[in-house]
Amino acid sequence: MLKPTLLALGAAAMLSAPAYATDSANNTGNAPATNQDLEQIRQEMQQLKQSYEQRLQNLEQRLQAAEAAAQQPTAAPAPAPAPVAAAQNGNAFNPKISLIMNGTYAHYSSSAPAVVPGYLLGDETGFTSAGMSLGETELAIEANVDDKFHGWAALSVAPEGGIGVEEAYINTLSLPAGFAVKMGRFFSDIGYQNHQHAHAWEFVDAPLVYRTMLGNQLGDDGVQVRWIAPTDLFLELGTELTRGDSFPAGGDNRNNIKAWTAFAHLGGDVGDGGSWRVGLSNLHGNADNRPDGADTVTNFTGRTNLTILDTVYKWAPQGNPEVTNFVAQAEFFYRSESGALVYDPASSSANSSTYNGKQRGFYIQGVYQFMPRWRTGLRYDWLSASNALDNPAAGTSLENMADNRGNPQRYSAMVDFSNSEFSRFRLQYSLDKSRPNQATDNQIFLQYIFSLGSHPAHQF
Amino acid sequence: MKKIFLLSVAMMASAIALPAQAALKVFACEPEWAALSKELGGDNVDVYAATTALQDVHKIQPRPSLIAKYRQADLVVCTGAELEIGWLPPLAEKGNNPKVNPGTPGYFEASRFISMMEVPSRLDRSEGDVHPYGNPHVQTAPDSIAAVAKGLSDKLAEVDAAHAADYKARYQQFNTKWTAAMQKWAAKGKPLNGVAVVSSHKGWSYMYRWLGMQEVATLEPKPGIPPSAAHLEEVLSGLKLKPAKMVVFAAYQDRRPADWLADHASIPAIELPFSVGGVAGTDDLFGLFDVTLDRLLAALQGKK
Repeated sequence: MLKPTLLALGAAAMLSAPAYATDSANNTGNAPATNQDLEQIRQEMQQLKQSYEQRLQNLEQRLQAAEAAAQQPTAAPAPAPAPVAAAQNGNAFNPKISLIMNGTYAHYSSSAPAVVPGYLLGDETGFTSAGMSLGETELAIEANVDDKFHGWAALSVAPEGGIGVEEAYINTLSLPAGFAVKMGRFFSDIGYQNHQHAHAWEFVDAPLVYRTMLGNQLGDDGVQVRWIAPTDLFLELGTELTRGDSFPAGGDNRNNIKAWTAFAHLGGDVGDGGSWRVGLSNLHGNADNRPDGADTVTNFTGRTNLTILDTVYKWAPQGNPEVTNFVAQAEFFYRSESGALVYDPASSSANSSTYNGKQRGFYIQGVYQFMPRWRTGLRYDWLSASNALDNPAAGTSLENMADNRGNPQRYSAMVDFSNSEFSRFRLQYSLDKSRPNQATDNQIFLQYIFSLGSHPAHQF
Repeated sequence: MKKIFLLSVAMMASAIALPAQAALKVFACEPEWAALSKELGGDNVDVYAATTALQDVHKIQPRPSLIAKYRQADLVVCTGAELEIGWLPPLAEKGNNPKVNPGTPGYFEASRFISMMEVPSRLDRSEGDVHPYGNPHVQTAPDSIAAVAKGLSDKLAEVDAAHAADYKARYQQFNTKWTAAMQKWAAKGKPLNGVAVVSSHKGWSYMYRWLGMQEVATLEPKPGIPPSAAHLEEVLSGLKLKPAKMVVFAAYQDRRPADWLADHASIPAIELPFSVGGVAGTDDLFGLFDVTLDRLLAALQGKK
């Protein structure tokens, strides 16, 4: 207590010595101060002044020494300075969060229902709404749970409200011998495009094979086991056991394992600039009164078996994608289904039919970055169906399912601009002939995709 | 499915049965750390460089060949400071190798041994692709290499204890050679002290500090945002007030913006290797700094 008081007194004295003198003359009382008193006060003040000058000098020296030490580059391990606020707010362990927003303007020359002959379509596989519309907003949260597990969740918020869980899984970090296990809800690793979130697609919409045979994308609840061979040639094998709730499986009674997949991937480099991956995958599913996505429902009960052969090749000069780069990908789907279909099961006049179907399809696409930030791409889609139904009742979806004529097709071209890796604008034109009788639909899309927050690193 | 499973089990068994006395497998994220690992490890290490000096390390595809190499690595050597944020996490997720995941003893971050420059006080993407832990391009100054060499040597001795004495001896050798080379470079680089320069990307802050050079402008308007015509005009008019002696760009970068500025400002544009293997004559770390200094000094004389 004494020191601060003295300091204040000393400071006041130094700043205004005459005032101090006057004050003390007044305060010390009734008699005027003698010369002796004044001399004594002056001496005391002088001592105070010297004492504090000494202290200030000491402090300055210590400060200079500290600054010099701080400027010396230290060879000892210096932990990288974390952002200051993070360390002090107790949120240093917050997971990485990213928010992805997208919106589309779409124009269609045809307003006929978006059905595909020979195929039942899953939920939410219709075209993007005409006019301007907000797409699903995706919130992704990711962090290591502890030293053994990593967690990832991607929630999608529909523009009309309501939150969906796209993915929510835990994966292992420390299994030995090249194994990893994932559990929860996840996008399957079958095919090539299937594991990519929609914002990473090269076109506004999914390829027709994905739209018709996987409901745009296969994501289900279950467990995945993956193994990577200890070889320089990339070899990955995996299998997924799932609930079977996702198109083309689904419906009632989801006891036991109602769908499972197996996949194998091979990959490597070609020179400095090229890299490739080839995959073969298989999906077995069981459907029990699985509804389709149409307004008047058609139920499917039976088995579905899908085989996918996929390949992707990426190239950039010397492996440097900065100025130009090229990505080509193609996937071939073959599906066989057998069972029974029921059209409009809720009504008294429900139509049912046996169903044996074989469907094939593929897409092939190439995307080329011709200058920094600008890319252009072409895609071709093709489908065929060879379905047999014993009751293709006219005017129902069963008639459409028995329609094996022609090949639904689509030609798409796009150009996109990315100001940075966090923002993208895309213009796409599609000549769509996927409806019955290959009726033509000219489709134009304008899309934006923005991502906020932590860097969403993408897989190959 | 059973067949696949049996096959995988069989392959796993054969993998375990392989002789364990092989060299330590080092997965180096950048060519400079691959070169340093070779200097310090010699025959005891088998080094794989995941990237080349002709690639932009901010933008690497986590491609299948990298996953296959990551899967087999005993030690991963990276710059860290989030330089590899776009591709190392996907490799760690897909690579299934707990020995080298970030945070484990098999993961080495060079930037931990450097006092980082340009740590941003404001983190906002409107500032471009900012690195929250500071400028990660530490390899452009030889004192950084010296600091990392000590740490990396200790790490090699830690993960491969059987050869610890070898690593110590090699480090002593390297350190002696490197210290002598640094003295040579310091003398050679004296004329560059105080020289003003324009850079394509903020990639040489450590080198500029080492040589006492001054960066007056960058061709990128913000880190990671490609140069635009408007910004180049701005840089050009800025040079009238603060003239620069040269414009430098890295071997992996588009040379056209640098050439444009060089033409319009009548100063030389020079291509720097940026890392080992960037240009001819930079096959090791010594060559990297020899060639870098030669090119800077030549540019100072006005040569292109």
